Amino acid sequence: MTTPLLLLQQPAENLPKFPESPTLWMPLDASVTAHDIDWLYMFMVWGSVIFCVAIFAAMVYFVKTYKAKSRAANEIAEPSSEHNTTLEIAWSIVPLLICIALFVWGFQGFVSLRTPPKGSLEIQATGQKWKWLFDYPHGTEDALHVPVNRPVRVVIHSVDVLHSLYLPNFRVKMDAVPGRYTDLWFQATQVGDFPIFCAEYCGTSHSDMLAHVIVHPPGDYEKWLAEQKRKMEDIPLPELGKLLYTKQGCSTCHTIDGSKLIGPTWKGAFGRTEHFTDGTSAAVDENYIRQSIMDPQAKIVDTFPPSMPTYQGKLSDRQLSGIIEYIKSLK
Amino acid sequence: MASPSTTADLVAPQPRPDSDNYLTHEKGFLSWALTLDHKRIGVMYLASVLCAFALGGTFALILRTELLTPGKTIIEHDTYNQMFTLHGAVMVFLVIIPGIPAALGNIALPLQLGAKDVAFPRLNLASYYLWLLGAACMLTSLIMNAADTGWTFYAPYSTTTQTAVAPAAMGAFILGFSSIFTGLNFIVTIHKLRPPGMGWFRLPLFVWALYSTALIQVLATPVIGITLLMLIVERLLHIGIFDPSLGGDPVLFQHFFWFYSHPAVYIMVVPGFGVIGDIIPVFSRKRIFGYKFIAVSSLAIAFLGFLVWGHHMFVAGQSLLAGSIFSAITFLIAIPTAIKVFNWITTMYKGSIHLDTPMLYALAFLWVFTIGGLTGVFLAVMSVDVHLHDTYFVVAHFHYVMMGGAITALLGGIHYWWPKAFGRMYNEKVGRFGAVVVFVGLNVTFFPQFILGSRGMPRRYYNYLPEFQPLHQLSTLGAYVLGLGFLMTAVSLIRSLMKKPDAPANPWGSRTLEWTISSPPPYYNFKTPPLVTRGPYDDYEGLVYDEKIHGYVEKGA
Repeated sequence: MTTPLLLLQQPAENLPKFPESPTLWMPLDASVTAHDIDWLYMFMVWGSVIFCVAIFAAMVYFVKTYKAKSRAANEIAEPSSEHNTTLEIAWSIVPLLICIALFVWGFQGFVSLRTPPKGSLEIQATGQKWKWLFDYPHGTEDALHVPVNRPVRVVIHSVDVLHSLYLPNFRVKMDAVPGRYTDLWFQATQVGDFPIFCAEYCGTSHSDMLAHVIVHPPGDYEKWLAEQKRKMEDIPLPELGKLLYTKQGCSTCHTIDGSKLIGPTWKGAFGRTEHFTDGTSAAVDENYIRQSIMDPQAKIVDTFPPSMPTYQGKLSDRQLSGIIEYIKSLK
Repeated sequence: MASPSTTADLVAPQPRPDSDNYLTHEKGFLSWALTLDHKRIGVMYLASVLCAFALGGTFALILRTELLTPGKTIIEHDTYNQMFTLHGAVMVFLVIIPGIPAALGNIALPLQLGAKDVAFPRLNLASYYLWLLGAACMLTSLIMNAADTGWTFYAPYSTTTQTAVAPAAMGAFILGFSSIFTGLNFIVTIHKLRPPGMGWFRLPLFVWALYSTALIQVLATPVIGITLLMLIVERLLHIGIFDPSLGGDPVLFQHFFWFYSHPAVYIMVVPGFGVIGDIIPVFSRKRIFGYKFIAVSSLAIAFLGFLVWGHHMFVAGQSLLAGSIFSAITFLIAIPTAIKVFNWITTMYKGSIHLDTPMLYALAFLWVFTIGGLTGVFLAVMSVDVHLHDTYFVVAHFHYVMMGGAITALLGGIHYWWPKAFGRMYNEKVGRFGAVVVFVGLNVTFFPQFILGSRGMPRRYYNYLPEFQPLHQLSTLGAYVLGLGFLMTAVSLIRSLMKKPDAPANPWGSRTLEWTISSPPPYYNFKTPPLVTRGPYDDYEGLVYDEKIHGYVEKGA
């Protein structure tokens, strides 16, 4: 059942979706490193199944064979050894050897996950409550666009609390930590649209902090970049603002239909007189909007939490004007 | 008596079960509130811990109900976040950590040592009141504006959120002291109050497990205390320790937190090993297989448990070298754990197995803990953990260990010692049925979560992608079955207090010392310290079942 309440901020058609997976256990593998990890995972699954079946079979067999009749019968256990050094050493050494093998295998896999090939395409990712943003030459995007068959290194940081960039189809994940950079890399082997999750709990809308990975076919990625660049320069200001409204994550907290989310709605915002938490009040004009984007904690509308991150350095003047014009248009 | 060297004949003539015992020795509220008797303190702990379990369980059922549909089902985002935080905090700090040591341990440990009480009875009572104070702090947070940080309190979310984090952290801080007091008390008790003849390798395995646990409690708990205090200081005084906007380091918090909280996993599960180690030989009528291996492996787990905290941080930005070392040591823990399971299973070989409720819980434990342990190996493999970290796979793994391990063992232990502690037999049929329902519920709840996790479902999600819904619904169904199993068991146990039959001194035919005195035990336990001349699981042949009293007596007595 997909309820109409599903995901307050994200319209259902914008939800990321897993491509069909051939196995029950794992999502479709779509990166060069995923195959080894899946192999190791399935090796452990079947190893565990064998181990469990052996343990459970022994348990069931012993219970069946040696079940006492009743307490009154006063049955006594058959005499048997209560200690067997050979057996005990054997069942210590064998698991140890298996564990050493697993460690080495996992270590090798981890080293390759932590070593991006030279010449990888680099993309900056920013985690913020509750949106992923990815930097491209033309500006930021709310989806991670990458070319197929080319290693991509994503450099991650957070502007507020911990997040974690998780791309299940590529079997990679890395925390976004405020105050430092982390990174991950992958090389997509399949063209398509794959989900991104935030895997580190980050508050109210943690579970809505979703995004898409768009893997472009060969040659298409460059075309897409050029097209985006042209778009940013050519389109009229209100339309640019409308575009940025979703791409910059504004829509996570601000509605355009008058309903209340984490921040005030943009509908009818321009010209409205707002009361601030410091007791003052003012009418919303161009300068107030600009200040609220660049220095969001300066004047907070009463009853709203101070949770907006700053966009200082992330938006050009033209983009700022675009957002202002877009808000003006929402009467 | 047939064998003059047994312990039973050194005990003074037993009073009738319903005349003078620790429950009837003194009357009135104050006789409980100010008691220094370890058994009464244990009973108060047991009642309190089970109340907290009911609260934490209610949170769990609300959470599972919310997850029936991908969008909103019954509660809002923020309520959901607050509820999983309190579910975790209550279950970890108020239920599982004190569950077996402070409740069952307090009741059984001094009895198993033939002692009159623990070494420091006043410290013991203080520990209980600290538990109450800690619980009150947690409830304060719940009433004010419940913390929404997750039980892990990760900074800088925890230092910046508007909710009442300080009272919850204060609660965990105080509960830490409660835990330290219990641990300290048990260490001294086990060292100094053993009776003549009870060397280290004649300790019941429950005592060995509590000893290992106590070492971790005393050595690791101060670290979480200091960490949470720093967190509170940062929140209130804005001194930069963990929050990068104040000049702190959020990864430092994770190191501090897991330096305690990974060993704490063993505080939670090692006492369960002890309970299982006591139950299996008794109900198999056979000496435990590989006693020394089991005893020493508890210590090995306690020691290694201190060196693996970094395996929670493979994707937190930790260096490759550090991650590799933590991963390698983590694998080592699998060895003593596997040894225990093998030894328990082998103990049943050629035994004479009685499937009473405690044994059913022990078998359930073996089943569920094996799955919980093996899936831990998946998470120790670094490359695989990158994919599984912070998904439902981890949630399923630790619930298999915590619910399946610690809580199953707690329930087994409660049924095992119930006749001793309260002098009443519970309804065996309901007990067994409850054990089966709990076992089925547990697997239906948590097994689907492994698949959810490996398919990519992150944990702590209020909304989720529609394709995950069938597995979520199956899990919720299991949770309802589980809740039903607990409810049924609770009702049956409470009813047993109000009606006959009275329990005999030794209903299961155990050989440890607590079963040589009447049920419930006399106020002073043992008139004189018993002389111990054999191991805790020796000579089951020397006991015969007496149908008149439904219990075991010495052969020829």
